[in-house]
Amino acid sequence: MQPQASRDSEPGPRAGPGSLGESMTTTTETPAPAAALERLKRPRSRLGRSADQSFRWLLTGFAAVVLVVLALMLVRTTYVAWPVFQQHGLELITKQRWFPGDNAFGALSFIYGTVLTSVIAILLAVPVSIGIALFVTEVAPRRLRVLLVYLVELLAAVPSVVYGLWGLLVLLPWLERHAWEPISSVLGFIPIFAGPANGRSFATAGVILAIMIIPIVTAIAREVVALVPHDHKEAALALGATRWEMLRLAVIPYARAGIIGGTMLGFGRALGETIAVALVIGGNPQISASIFQPGYTIASVIANQFNEATGFHIQALLAIGVLLFVITILVNVAGRVFVWRAARGLA
Amino acid sequence: MTRRRLTDQLATGWMIVSVLVALVPLAFILGYVVYKGAGIVSWTFLTKPEPFDFTHSGGGVWNGIKGTLKLLFLASLLAIPTGILAALYLNEFGRGRFATAVRFVTDVMSGVPSIFVGIFIYSLIVLETGHFSAYSGALALAVLMLPIVIRGAEEVLKLVPHELREASLALGVPRWRTVLRVILPAAASGIVTAAMLSVARAAGETAPLLFTSFGNRFVTGWSDYGSPDSALPLLIFRNARSAYEPAQQRAWAAALVLIAIVLVFTILGRTLAGRRAFRS
Repeated sequence: MQPQASRDSEPGPRAGPGSLGESMTTTTETPAPAAALERLKRPRSRLGRSADQSFRWLLTGFAAVVLVVLALMLVRTTYVAWPVFQQHGLELITKQRWFPGDNAFGALSFIYGTVLTSVIAILLAVPVSIGIALFVTEVAPRRLRVLLVYLVELLAAVPSVVYGLWGLLVLLPWLERHAWEPISSVLGFIPIFAGPANGRSFATAGVILAIMIIPIVTAIAREVVALVPHDHKEAALALGATRWEMLRLAVIPYARAGIIGGTMLGFGRALGETIAVALVIGGNPQISASIFQPGYTIASVIANQFNEATGFHIQALLAIGVLLFVITILVNVAGRVFVWRAARGLA
Repeated sequence: MTRRRLTDQLATGWMIVSVLVALVPLAFILGYVVYKGAGIVSWTFLTKPEPFDFTHSGGGVWNGIKGTLKLLFLASLLAIPTGILAALYLNEFGRGRFATAVRFVTDVMSGVPSIFVGIFIYSLIVLETGHFSAYSGALALAVLMLPIVIRGAEEVLKLVPHELREASLALGVPRWRTVLRVILPAAASGIVTAAMLSVARAAGETAPLLFTSFGNRFVTGWSDYGSPDSALPLLIFRNARSAYEPAQQRAWAAALVLIAIVLVFTILGRTLAGRRAFRS
């Protein structure tokens, strides 16, 4: 029943329930060795080969879907946004003023916010992720390891809108009162911590992003740390190294490329994260040195303005979307190359 | 000697603190969602749509639940078979330059910001048809699911022992039947896992739906994919940013429902993986 259906769905010369095809099918279905041997003696029929051929083409077609989708993504959005690129050109990334009513579309402050929040996220998340990866692979007993891996993965399963909800209603007021205000009152003389401290800020968005990318960076760091050969570790320990010295001298140098790659993939994710950031960033297109000020990111400005926008404004938002796409793709490709190289170098 | 030992202890301390730093937010987020949402979730909450403005309490999130289920259904229908067939290609014939390109692009696609997928489908479909629709939302989710299904299914297909394929081919079974009747069934449970995880991921996405499915306070029919439709993440997003207490409470409770849906798919996927026929 099943083979019938799958053969019928097949394009190509064998699509119909031809009599020759029918008899072939029954031959192959018989498990008797004699029949199989008989079949082996015969040269394979042309029909059988062409069925395989069309099957191959069918699968190839489905595999090509990803290529088509990615190409279409870039082409279609660029095409729709083209008038913006044509009219504003480089001003899109060099000018700061974004005022749709006045035909002013400078996305510099969004680019600044995107990079700043992602850098904060990386600075917070990477030491934590490496710590978890080392703990899980080198220190924790087996049972705890399984549990911890599961819990960190659970962190990745939480939808970003839930991070945003919690970030906005719980974390943001708490950080404002118990972290940003004290820090800026003590260290306010340093420009990046200058007050007045606002809960809706680059810093809060950075913290939320850090929590969100910890699972990504940890997963890759864990993978590469697990690839370090036992001999190297044992050699270090045999020379009298403490566990930390073993990690520092044998494990970390070996896993470095992979950790850098994982960091870049986390950075790429942070650059494109939208909803959680849109809820806590404050929505103010400004470039301020202080991380305790409200700002905007490319992704969050698209999320906030798109539905109210019309005409050229929509095209401008599409244009900065293309910009974000290109940046994240570059960061991701670089990250993948590092991870691939790490995995190959260690294999 | 003491300094070395002290450094070692400090390093161990750093690792333990790292673990705590990751787990504390997890506990707080899940704890808050349950604490704030559990009191509000009720039968009415699950079966009634949203009230007509954010100042009103009462009502429910049925429009969001139904929308999410509809979107996931259509998105799965589009992405899962395509993904599995593409993975079969990579596993069976995936050696040349074309296959490398497919693998690479699949990896790249899994890093595309989800908001960009939203504006892509907007410019491709919504701009052409002139209105928001559930099917455009489902298409956006399908684009996000595709790379997850492909990579997940390929990982599992790789684990099918080579002997199975060789045995089948040696019996004179054509390649296509070997793939569909031997390789695919052997990897089936693992593929189901990959599919479930991709559904779980899509269930929580907000950004791709903002400009495609858009949202809707009305409950739409099961087969109505032409109208704008709500989804739980969209509903949470809009209620969360409202300044009104009843809306925020609704957001918490909806988040509880959403997390439950995501967990159901995740756990379903993981338990099926536990019963896999082949292990590496």
